[in-house]
Amino acid sequence: MAIRSFLILFILFFFSSLNPILSLYEDQVGLVDWHQQYLGKVKQAVFHTHKTGRKRVVVSTEENVVALLDLRQGEIFWRHVLGSNDVIDGIDIALGKYVITLSSGGSILRAWNLPDGQMVWESSLRGPKHSKSLLLVPTNLKIEKDNIVIIFSNGRLNAVSCIDGEVLWEKDFEGESLEVQQVIQPPGSNLIYVVGFASSSLFEMYQINALNGELLKHESAAFSGGFLGEVSPVFSETVVALDSTGLILLTVSFQNGMISFQQTPISNLVKDSFGPAKIIPSSVTGIFAIKMNAVTIVIRVTDENKLEVVEKTNHETSISDALPVSEGQQAFALVQRAGPEIHLRVKLAHNWDDNLLKESVKMDQHRGLVHKIYINNYIRTDKSYGFRALIVMEDHSLLLLQQGEIVWSREDGLASIIDVTTSELPVERDGVSVAKVEHNLFEWLKGHMLKLKGTLMLASPQDIAAIQSMRLKNSEKSKMTRDHNGFRKLLIVLTRAGKLFALHTGDGHIVWSYLLQSLQKSKVCQHPIGLNLYKWQVPHHHAMDENPSVLVIGKCGPSSDAPGALSFVDTYTGKELSSLSLVHSVAQVIPLPYTDSTEQRLHLLIDADKHAHLYPKTPEAISIFERELSNIYWYSVEDDNGIIKGHALRGKCTGEVADEVCFDTRELWSIVFPSESEKIIATVTRKLNEVVHTQAKVIADQEVMYKYISRNLLFVATVALKGSGEIGSVTPEESWLVAYLIDTVTGRILHRVTHHGSQGPVHAVFSENWVVYHYFNLKAHRYEMSVIEIYDQSRADNKDVWKLVLGKHNLTSPISLYSRPDVITKSQSYFFTHSVKTIAVTSTTKGITSKQLLIGTIGDQVLALDKRFLDPRRTVNPTQAEKEEGIIPLTDSLPIIPQSYVTHALRVEGLRGIITVPAKLESTTLVFAHGVDLFFTQLAPSRTYDSLTDDFNYALLLITIVALVAAISLTWTLSERKELQENWR
Amino acid sequence: MEKGKGIMGSGGRWAVDFSDNSTAPPSRDIPDPPGFTRASVDQDDSTVSRQKKDAESNWKAQKAWEVAQAPFKNLLMMGFMMWMAGNTVHLFSIGITFSALWQPISALQGVGKVFEPYKDNKVDLLGPKLLFIALNLGGLALGVWKLNTLGLLPTHASDWVSSLPPAQEVEYSGGGIPL
Repeated sequence: MAIRSFLILFILFFFSSLNPILSLYEDQVGLVDWHQQYLGKVKQAVFHTHKTGRKRVVVSTEENVVALLDLRQGEIFWRHVLGSNDVIDGIDIALGKYVITLSSGGSILRAWNLPDGQMVWESSLRGPKHSKSLLLVPTNLKIEKDNIVIIFSNGRLNAVSCIDGEVLWEKDFEGESLEVQQVIQPPGSNLIYVVGFASSSLFEMYQINALNGELLKHESAAFSGGFLGEVSPVFSETVVALDSTGLILLTVSFQNGMISFQQTPISNLVKDSFGPAKIIPSSVTGIFAIKMNAVTIVIRVTDENKLEVVEKTNHETSISDALPVSEGQQAFALVQRAGPEIHLRVKLAHNWDDNLLKESVKMDQHRGLVHKIYINNYIRTDKSYGFRALIVMEDHSLLLLQQGEIVWSREDGLASIIDVTTSELPVERDGVSVAKVEHNLFEWLKGHMLKLKGTLMLASPQDIAAIQSMRLKNSEKSKMTRDHNGFRKLLIVLTRAGKLFALHTGDGHIVWSYLLQSLQKSKVCQHPIGLNLYKWQVPHHHAMDENPSVLVIGKCGPSSDAPGALSFVDTYTGKELSSLSLVHSVAQVIPLPYTDSTEQRLHLLIDADKHAHLYPKTPEAISIFERELSNIYWYSVEDDNGIIKGHALRGKCTGEVADEVCFDTRELWSIVFPSESEKIIATVTRKLNEVVHTQAKVIADQEVMYKYISRNLLFVATVALKGSGEIGSVTPEESWLVAYLIDTVTGRILHRVTHHGSQGPVHAVFSENWVVYHYFNLKAHRYEMSVIEIYDQSRADNKDVWKLVLGKHNLTSPISLYSRPDVITKSQSYFFTHSVKTIAVTSTTKGITSKQLLIGTIGDQVLALDKRFLDPRRTVNPTQAEKEEGIIPLTDSLPIIPQSYVTHALRVEGLRGIITVPAKLESTTLVFAHGVDLFFTQLAPSRTYDSLTDDFNYALLLITIVALVAAISLTWTLSERKELQENWR
Repeated sequence: MEKGKGIMGSGGRWAVDFSDNSTAPPSRDIPDPPGFTRASVDQDDSTVSRQKKDAESNWKAQKAWEVAQAPFKNLLMMGFMMWMAGNTVHLFSIGITFSALWQPISALQGVGKVFEPYKDNKVDLLGPKLLFIALNLGGLALGVWKLNTLGLLPTHASDWVSSLPPAQEVEYSGGGIPL
């Protein structure tokens, strides 16, 4: 054992003495890494198909992406991710060549060049108060040959020039309680109507000259019933609204400046009432829809402002915006889901009874309902109109339908991943479906001959291209079975839409996807939220025949006492094994370090009332749990109150919630942070599945330091209340940052350090016995990274070699955290250039390989930084022994080596998280970064010391061996002959 | 040497017999010269052979001592090489050290063989053997000492605890910020 690890250390040392810069050669890009680009759920789409050129569509999404897509294949021409605090309010196309976006609550207006996505101009719009943001691009409205864009935002109406973004005029609407609902610009006129509500029962109408912003008319009329929600414009001078009870529809007409109300109780339109209604705004002339619970009613407004129900349906219906087809005619589309199909109808606005188009399209059940539809027309060869529809499904995917078929689809749900876990693939054996792999000896030999040619620099450019494509398309890597090195795995991801995807690590293709019913909107649960993914069953050893499964935890609505929902999904087949709607809420999920006989992991769910519920609910699990009951604790971090509380389990629940698997808890300890001086901004713990190879750290001169390794350590960072805002909002004297290391079993604070003049946000990562955190130093005006390492001093006197040789020590016997710890910490701080989005650390299967920090930079790249740079034992002039140990001379800032960007030339737009998974090969770790884009690669922090690289040339080795053997036998016979001749002389 | 060997090995073998025929009766009928007595020659012969044997055993003993002292030169050379190799672990120093360890061990294994040619009833080989063994042990010790200076001997506590897994904790705690 000792010898083996000694050898490993030797090898490690040998390799680490080489400078560990991990860079790729150009031709290695794409061998083990893949990158996928997504957009997020589309919230607005504008077609650009006027000219004969390429057919394109501009989309804006909930991930704040604005992109131009090819309508033929769905590929991205260009894309801009605006960032999470720059929410897009509206997009449109102006002048046929600019994409106009309004974002950040209507305060930033940008124009992008349509063909290439370059920004043309940007203007910032301010206003007196917060309001709805509306963007209008009138087609034929010009001020001195300038086409204008009309924006209502922040209580101000602006007319902006299309050419350079200059504000031509502005008009404030400062009425105290005025809430502008709609800005209407009747086509062909120079008028703008601004309509809204004031003090909840006053309808206000402003008529404005679009050329100079002059107020022409202002009318207001009171309606005693009040108003609710949105208004829907039906004609250019008529809108429809709901009264405050949601039972009466109001048709408000303001023709010629006269406001008149017309009331129509919904009960007059439909016989049976379904509760209060909600208006679904549409831009179609004369048509609007209301929704009452699950029932959608489409209503037509006649010329005399009479309302007429044209359709009432239980199916979820989406209505597209109006599409002008010919002179004064508008078309629109309705789409509904019915079983395995979706029904698409395109109608003319004034002619409900006839369909321009009626199609049924087969649709995968796991795409759910249709959420949005955008239509566009084209002229067929027989001069009739054809329609194509862009639809957004419940799983956030984007599809283009044309002529009853799905032309292309994009899985844009993958842009909003909530949680990631991994699963092994099936073991390769008979009967398990395996992707077909070329195993032709001739092919193999040919490939290696090509490689050999490449190595000997004899290859022609075609050969080089063939070698490269062969390397990239290696079918080995996308096989559906487990490999020897553990590189092939399934990445199970949960998206915000409540859909589970299994991605293959080899090439990133989707193996299966499953729309979780428990996370879909239903009568019982109006706003389900997916929370987390856990490994539920990881079969190995004695439960080999079972398939692994994951546990998906969700809850109903954002409140803390909303009931939870559990789903168990088989990761091989992608089928839901079972699902549970819980009666209790889910505040915490604690995976326990115990599994039952079928390798199901025990999970403890803590509800809002601090009862603990054990899953699985089997007698076996209960007996395992009860045996360990006294050793299980849990803690809660209440970041609003600044309290951390520790709890123990007491026994079966008493009272009305008597249940076999319910346990009462009691509070053991609490740490209260003074509310005015410390506010919790970050907490981080070690990863539960992290493997630590050894508790000892050998330092220079053969000395040993014992790491304090505990799974129950919590890192907490607090800042002064004043300093919890934006960076730079306080002076260095007013702000400080305190870092704590807390034992979560006993509540003991093991270490506390204050950084004066520092501020959040804090990003931290905890691994083994160290924590690294990133914050802003106000005094130095730079970002800083600090490292704290914690060592166990009570073990330091284990120095007698003979005792250790004979095993007479208690270094490996189980320890209780209630024994008095004697720890020392070492820490150091360094400047760091980048601001950081997230930090992760590499993890390997046995924890022997040295570690690298993976830093998600503000530029959406992942930077690998050796942990050796964050070693608190670094000094300016390390001794010879320390140098041999691998200690780097201390510098004030951490180096950023351009070659150590894991993402090389790519960007993971909107980076949110980095996940590392150990491969079976000790040297290698798998890294998955997700944001709007997905990126996956393999990393070897100490190089692949335990395997030959992928491009190792076996043919060359074989040929060398054969040549050597031949040479040996030849020279042997030659020498024999010569000796014989000598003898005869 | 080669040539001689070749001649010896070739088919036409010939030999010169240097054995002393003087004691044998003369082949030809030539009378012994006057004053010559065969008996005295006989006596003389035995003293000569004894003298010869003494000389040989002396020579053997001397040789044995020489052989026994041979490792000393080796030792000096090894020491010089080790000094040259330095105290850092790399291919050269490891090679030197392992050869320094291997040479004495193989020599000790072949102690009997080394002194085989000098085996004689009259020669006391114990002394040379002991010296030989002692010198080789010295070489071995030098090798071990070198191994130690290279830090490759598990003489420190760190060598025994470096792969100890972390101790198990009795308690388990989980939780965090409420979901």
